Amino acid sequence: MTARIGVVAFPGTLDDRDTQRAVRVAGAEAVPLWHRDKDLKQVDAVVLPGGFSYGDYLRAGAISRFSPVMESVIEQAKAGMPVLGICNGFQVLTESHLLPGAMLRNNHLHFICREQKLRVETDRTAWTADYTAGQEIQIPLKNIDGQYTADERTLDMLEAEGRVAFRYLDGNPNGSLRDIAGITNEAGNVVGLMPHPEHAVEPLVGTGRTDGLGFFTSILKKLVNA
Amino acid sequence: MTLDTVKHAAETPDVKLPWAELGLKEDEYARVREILGRRPTGAELAMYSVMWSEHCSYKSSKVHLRQFGEKAPDNDAMLVGIGENAGVVDVGNGYAVTFKVESHNHPSYVEPYQGAATGVGGIVRDIIAMGARPVAVVDPLRMGAADHPDTKRVLPGVVAGIGGYGNCLGLPNIGGELVFDACYQGNPLVNAGAIGVMRHEDIHLAKASGPGNKVILYGARTGGDGIGGASILASETFDDTKPSKRPAVQVGDPFQEKLLIECTLEAFAEKLVVGIQDLGAAGLSCATSELASNGSGGMRVELDDVPLRDSTLTPEEILMSESQERMCAVVEPEKVERFLAICEKWDVIATVVGEVTDGDRLEIFWHGEKIVDLDPRTVAHDGPVYERPYARPKWQDALQADDANKLARPASSKELREQVLAVVASPNQASKAWVTDQYDRFVQGNTVLAQPEDSGMVRIDEETGLGVALANDGNGRYSKLDPYAGAQLALSEAYRNVAATGAKPLAVSDCLNFGSPEDPDVMWQFAETTRGLADACQILGTPVTGGNVSLYNQTGEAAIHPTPVVSVLGVIDDVARRTPIAFAEEGQLLYLLGDTSEEFGGSAWSQVVHDHLGGLPPKVDLERERLLAEILISGSRDGMIDAAHDLSDGGLAQAVAESCLRGGKGARLVVPDGLDAFTLLFSESAGRAVVSVPRSEELRFTDMCGARGLPATRIGVVDGDAVELQGEFTLPLTEIREAYEGTLPGLFA
Repeated sequence: MTARIGVVAFPGTLDDRDTQRAVRVAGAEAVPLWHRDKDLKQVDAVVLPGGFSYGDYLRAGAISRFSPVMESVIEQAKAGMPVLGICNGFQVLTESHLLPGAMLRNNHLHFICREQKLRVETDRTAWTADYTAGQEIQIPLKNIDGQYTADERTLDMLEAEGRVAFRYLDGNPNGSLRDIAGITNEAGNVVGLMPHPEHAVEPLVGTGRTDGLGFFTSILKKLVNA
Repeated sequence: MTLDTVKHAAETPDVKLPWAELGLKEDEYARVREILGRRPTGAELAMYSVMWSEHCSYKSSKVHLRQFGEKAPDNDAMLVGIGENAGVVDVGNGYAVTFKVESHNHPSYVEPYQGAATGVGGIVRDIIAMGARPVAVVDPLRMGAADHPDTKRVLPGVVAGIGGYGNCLGLPNIGGELVFDACYQGNPLVNAGAIGVMRHEDIHLAKASGPGNKVILYGARTGGDGIGGASILASETFDDTKPSKRPAVQVGDPFQEKLLIECTLEAFAEKLVVGIQDLGAAGLSCATSELASNGSGGMRVELDDVPLRDSTLTPEEILMSESQERMCAVVEPEKVERFLAICEKWDVIATVVGEVTDGDRLEIFWHGEKIVDLDPRTVAHDGPVYERPYARPKWQDALQADDANKLARPASSKELREQVLAVVASPNQASKAWVTDQYDRFVQGNTVLAQPEDSGMVRIDEETGLGVALANDGNGRYSKLDPYAGAQLALSEAYRNVAATGAKPLAVSDCLNFGSPEDPDVMWQFAETTRGLADACQILGTPVTGGNVSLYNQTGEAAIHPTPVVSVLGVIDDVARRTPIAFAEEGQLLYLLGDTSEEFGGSAWSQVVHDHLGGLPPKVDLERERLLAEILISGSRDGMIDAAHDLSDGGLAQAVAESCLRGGKGARLVVPDGLDAFTLLFSESAGRAVVSVPRSEELRFTDMCGARGLPATRIGVVDGDAVELQGEFTLPLTEIREAYEGTLPGLFA
């Protein structure tokens, strides 16, 4: 048996097809989910992919957070269903308060697209079990609103609880506090990050590396072994 | 004010209309009156003025562009040619690819962000109007001097606009060009290209057929932006004495366009669309008249039904508005409901605004009164055609006599070394990462190659690895020296760049950027360019499938260099076989392919070291280009070469620097017999490439070159962490990298 992983499309979502491909490359079944539909079609996990949902109007992720599909995602995430938010999906997760903090415009004010080195800080989440803590990976980064921010107390709490999941290495690309590239919730089922693992799953395209595949194999193993 | 109806126009022949303000010439207005047999209504005048503008009608260029059809080589791949929204070529396995490059020059100077953004939007709508899913964009740019203060206004705005729009559409930006030259100071060139992919059976055309079929306008509401964009902005030179043209620039909403793409593709997939046209230059005037003119019947449009952003717009303004993100579809009555449902799913406003009639007239109504009644062909296709006078400029001989080969050459190894660094660090040769890092090159997950590779390449079929490559090139300096040769060199370089990645060149799109056609010097440049390009396309077997002409890139007397930007599309059976530029394997042998002679006219060296433009551009040898391409493609397919880089501006010095930096490995080079170090490094002879050959393949590779008659000279080996030219100098990669990567951030960050 394999796992069913839902990939949500909002109006303006861009990386849904890439994410579906990454899910398939890992060996799972990708299930497209539509923003107007509350029905999660019995998926075992959900990915909120990157893009500019609702044109990023108001604030990135601010409108998507109120879509019908998110009502179900929020409810299920709280009940323990694994949820991964990539880039715009991470922004939706902070807007939904499933993860703390917020994203500001990059400190240099430009869109930035590059291959980014990261350190995986924890292997104790649903999406990082196939990595080892401290492992360095390189995957694409591409955004304009990627500067992670939170108050000092929240940051200290994230550090103390081991909830900083990924940190930028070799140069902070956007001014994110404490070089944070991604975080997890307390239970480890909800993970959000700005860089794009789904663009690094095949040797031929993108960066030519497959460092991002671990996200999708991690969740598949977890679900199949569950 | 009384509504200027058709009836009213017939009754009041002497009413004065503002035809000159709308950009029409006196004889053109007389012709409109003759066609209609009366004076036009205000609405009709609006339509003729925009559709007969240079930008829309190609009235000055048409007589020259005909050569692209007349001289077109036989090519089985061509599915749709010139005249449609974009050309379509067969790339095998049932796939077809459509691609095109267009200009958005004038708006981008007036308002860089929106001008450039809507340039991307327009070309992408052309691609979806053919029935294709867009898969990549490219952006060839020409800017004024890199250190000019106004370039700091224009370039960052243009780059942010291209990125802001393209990134939000989810289209990888896989290539482009950025060239600085003072001649573009008041007339920067912002060309935008796009590639789309479809199955053969999905090709759609812009025509309205079948009486009773409904005309549906969908996408954004119509506003007052971009009125006269095609006529008074894009078809005139800039002049300080005229009022600001900012209101003629459109404002883009990429989010709306993304919805438009998805909604249109879904309607295509359900076979709901008979004909389709995007609304770009000349807005509704263009879409209605072209759809009706291309179809078999007439068309009736109720202008009151057009959804408006501003309820005070007049019918003339509605017809002329260039509000972005709008499309017009012709749909059979029984399919209208389903079409509207798909639009609703994507939150796209869609409205039936008219229907196809069985007559041959385009009739437009406003408040129940007929305000337009004309033969759509007269608007869309039978516009004026000018045989503009042209003559070889008086200064051309003196320019060509000012031989760059006589310029002072470096007197010592130290000076040679310094000049290599100076060329690599010059704004035109330096790394463009500051620009390309603002564009998403990864989205869609099919990008195989992107800048700074020789061409962009995307996979289009995951099963087989089928892919397409696209390169854009054009050297205005070469074209200034000899526009006939310059056009052929532009084609040669793009063709070579595609082959260098292992793809087979198939077809061409061009964006021809020139000064004022009313200047006989400029018109001669244009005539020579089109003749050169058409002749070369014939020899290389790559037909022109479509393109765009941008004239009036001129401020006062100062025209830009003639700048044909030529795009070549290629196909590769399996992207796993692609050849990158990176020298990545130590010990591999470097071979210089082709002949190198002393050719410095228009070269990067002559510009950087001597600020000189004179002499003749490199010789064109199209048979050699074809042979070189065959070798590069065979070498790639059979695993004989691991890296290849074409030689063009900056010569071998530039190519080796880029390939070494890309792979993070150095190179030890020797000057081959019969050449001197300077010529080896800086000559820009065409028909050349440098390749990296695994030692195990050397014999097979040199045998192949020998058998086919392509000169292949061993010039060195990939090794170490410096570029060393034996007996001359050593340049550590760190020093080259600093020179190459520091320039643009230093100027614009």
